Amino acid sequence: MDILRFITAGSVDDGKSTLIGRLLYDSKSIMIDQLEAIEKQSRNKEDGEIDLALLTDGLRAEREQGITIDVAYKYFNTPKRKFIIADAPGHIQYTRNMVTGASNADLAIILVDARHGVVEQTRRHSIIASLLNIPHIVVAINKMDLVNNSEDVYNNIVIDYAKAAATLGLKNIKYIPISAINGDNIVEKSERFPWYEGNSLLDILETVEVSSDINYTDARFPVQYVIRPQSEELHDYRGYAGKIISGIYKIGDKVTIQPSGLETTISNIEIEGRQVEQAFAPQSVVLHIKDDMDLSRGDLIVHTDAQPNVANEFEVLLCWMGNKPLEAGNKYLFQINSRVVKAVVKEIAYKLNVNSLEKEDAPEKAVLNDIVKATIKTASPIVFDSYKKLRVNGGAILIDETSNVTVGACMIQA
Amino acid sequence: MAINNLKNEDNPALQNLRFDYLDHLESESIHIFREVAGQFERPALLFSGGKDSIVLVHLALKAFRPGKFPFPLLHIDTGHNFQEALDFRDEFASSIGEKLIVRKVADTIKEKKLTELKGKFASRNALQTFTLLDTIEEFKFDACIGGARRDEEKARAKERIFSVRDEFGQWDPKLQRPELWNTYNGRIHKGENVRVFPISNWTELDIWNYISRNNIELPSIYFAHEREVLEYEGQLVATSEFVQIDESDKVSVKKVRYRTVGDMTCTAAVASNAANVEDIIKEIIATKTSERGETRIDDKVSEAAMEDRKKGGYF
Ligand SMILES: Nc1nc2c(ncn2[C@@H]2O[C@H](COP(=O)(O)OP(=O)(O)O)[C@@H](O)[C@H]2O)c(=O)[nH]1
Repeated sequence: MDILRFITAGSVDDGKSTLIGRLLYDSKSIMIDQLEAIEKQSRNKEDGEIDLALLTDGLRAEREQGITIDVAYKYFNTPKRKFIIADAPGHIQYTRNMVTGASNADLAIILVDARHGVVEQTRRHSIIASLLNIPHIVVAINKMDLVNNSEDVYNNIVIDYAKAAATLGLKNIKYIPISAINGDNIVEKSERFPWYEGNSLLDILETVEVSSDINYTDARFPVQYVIRPQSEELHDYRGYAGKIISGIYKIGDKVTIQPSGLETTISNIEIEGRQVEQAFAPQSVVLHIKDDMDLSRGDLIVHTDAQPNVANEFEVLLCWMGNKPLEAGNKYLFQINSRVVKAVVKEIAYKLNVNSLEKEDAPEKAVLNDIVKATIKTASPIVFDSYKKLRVNGGAILIDETSNVTVGACMIQA
Repeated sequence: MAINNLKNEDNPALQNLRFDYLDHLESESIHIFREVAGQFERPALLFSGGKDSIVLVHLALKAFRPGKFPFPLLHIDTGHNFQEALDFRDEFASSIGEKLIVRKVADTIKEKKLTELKGKFASRNALQTFTLLDTIEEFKFDACIGGARRDEEKARAKERIFSVRDEFGQWDPKLQRPELWNTYNGRIHKGENVRVFPISNWTELDIWNYISRNNIELPSIYFAHEREVLEYEGQLVATSEFVQIDESDKVSVKKVRYRTVGDMTCTAAVASNAANVEDIIKEIIATKTSERGETRIDDKVSEAAMEDRKKGGYF
C-alpha cells in the first residue's frame, strides 16, 4: 500500500464537492456523526436529499457564502492505497490555491460538465496542471445523466480536450464519463456507459503508477539540520540530517557538497540510529561524510557524477500570490528546500495568459494570481534542477521580508 | 534506459526500495521536525501522554537521535487529566532523558482570577489557552509542535502544517500562507509564534497502524478496562471528582477504552473489549463514528466550535 496525492479542479458547480463527497461516502470514510451533521444542514436546503458537497465545505465563512475559499485536505483509504485529496477551488481569483494544491499532487482530476464541454476554466486548470508538472491527469466528464449518457457528447469532449492538452504537453491523460451525484463510474464501473472501455474512477486512482515518478538517478540531499550530540561517548559525532529528495545513496559514493563544490565520500548512512548500506528517496536519514568539512543547513550533498545547476541568476515561471504587487527590482527572500537567500526579481519578461497560454507584454506590476516569466538574481548561489526535470529541486518560494508572508511560487526554468 | 522509467516491481535492483504508506508518512513527519529544528530558536513539543503526542515523540526520536531533542516537552495540565496519562507522561519523558515542562491551568486560574465554568461537565478546555499563551511568553517559545491531524475536524482540514499565530495566539484562516512542495516558511515577527503539526496528514487508523508496527507503548486507558461511567446522551463519561453526578444519572461499571485522552470532563469512553492494539485496529475499521464525534463532548455544542476556538488561540 502506498499514497496517492491528488487534486480536483473544476469550475463552480461542475460537481467537485459532490464528487469528493461521493468518494468519501462510497469508500466508507464518512462517519455517522459527520453524516448527521450534514443531514442537519441539508434539511435547511430545498430538496431535502443529503448534500454530499457539504462534507468538503470547511470553514464557516465558506458555508455562509456557499463557496470554497482555501485548500482543504481530505483523506480516505482503500485496501490498496491511502489517498490525500487537496481540494482546491476553481474560481479565477484563486489560481494561487490551485497552484498550492497542485505543487504536491501526483494526479489531477479535471472536472468537465458534460453539458458545457471544455470551457475557459478547464483550459486554465489544465495549464496550471501542466506548469506545476502534475504527472497524471484524469479528465472526469461529469453530469453524464444530464446528457442521456451520450457517447457522442463524451467523445466530442474527449476530442476537444485532447487538442487543448496537446498544446500543453500534458502526458498520461485518462478520460472517464461519470455522474457524481448518482455514483456512476465512481467506485464501481457503471452499466450506464456500455461503450466506455476504461475502469471506474476509484480503480484508476488505485492503480496509477506513482513510484515510477520518483527520480532515482539524480541524487539530491538538502541538509536540514546538523546532529552534534557533543556528549562524551559521541564527542566527534557529526551527522547531516535531511530527507533524500531524489536518487539513491550508498556508503562509499563519491559526492559533492554544493554550492561549495567540495568533493568527498559518503562514510555512513543512518536510519533511526542504525547503519544501512543504502538509502533512497524519499527517506529521511542521517548522512556522514569522510572528510571534515563545514556543512550547514541549506547545503546539498549530491552525486558527483550527476550534478545539479549552481547559479545566482536564473529564469523562473512565477505565480504571484501576494496582495502587494510585484515590480521588477523588488527584493525578497528566496527559499528552495532548506536554503534561504536574499534575492531580487530583476526583470519580468512576459505575462502568461492562463486561459490561452499566450505570452502577453510584461505588466508594470504583477498582481495576485498572475503568472509571469521573470529573471531572479540571488545574493549567493543556489543549487537547483529545472522544475520540468526534477520537481522536488526546482520549486521555490519568495517571501516578503517585511511581512514574512509567502508571496510567490517559482518554477525554475534553468 | 533511465531507471526512473521502470516500475519498481519490474526491476530487481529497485526491489528493496519498497516504501509503504506508513514509511512515507513517517519520513514526511521527520522532515517537518527537522525543519522546526532548523528554522526556530526556541521550539517546544506539546506532550500530554495521549497517543498522538506519544507518536510525535517517537518521530522526534527518529529525527534527532543520537542527539538530544532541540526542544523541551511541554504539558499544559488542566488538572482534569487522567492519572494514567500523567504517570505515563512522566515515566516516558524520563526514560528518554528529555526535559519536560509542566504548567498548570489551576495556577493560571488563581493568578489571573479566571472564572471557571460551572455545570455538569465543567471543562477547562477553554481556560487552557490562557496557560498555553502565558507559557509561550514565559519561555519565549517561537514554535509549538502539536499532534493535531487534519482528519479530526473540518477546520483542521484547512490548517497549514506551519500555522502562524499572532501575539494572542490567534489563527486567521483567511491569512494563511500558501504552503507549496515541501517548503515550509516559518519566518515570524517577534512575539508571534508558529504552531507546527507534523502528523497533519495522518488519520486515526494510520496512527494505530504505526503504533502497532513500532510496538509503541501507550497508557493503559487506551485498552479495554472496567470503569465506572455515567451515560449521558449516548456517551459514556467516567465518573470523577470533576464531573457533577445527579441523582437521575445512570451510573454503572462498564468495560471501556478511550480513543482520545483529553480532559476527564470532555472525553468520553467507548464500550469495548479491545485488549490490544490489533483488536483496536479491528474495531476502528469496523466503527462508524469518527474519533471526535464519539469522544468529544464539547464539539457537539456548535457546528463551528473548533473554528472559533482556534481563532482564539486554541491549539
Ligand atoms: N445531475 C447531476 N447533477 C450533479 C452531478 N454532480 C453534481 N451535481 C449537482 O451540481 C451542483 C453543483 O455541485 P457541487 O458539487 O456543489 O459543485 P462544485 O461547485 O464543483 O463543488 C449541485 O446541485 C449538485 O447536486 C451529476 O453528476 N449529475
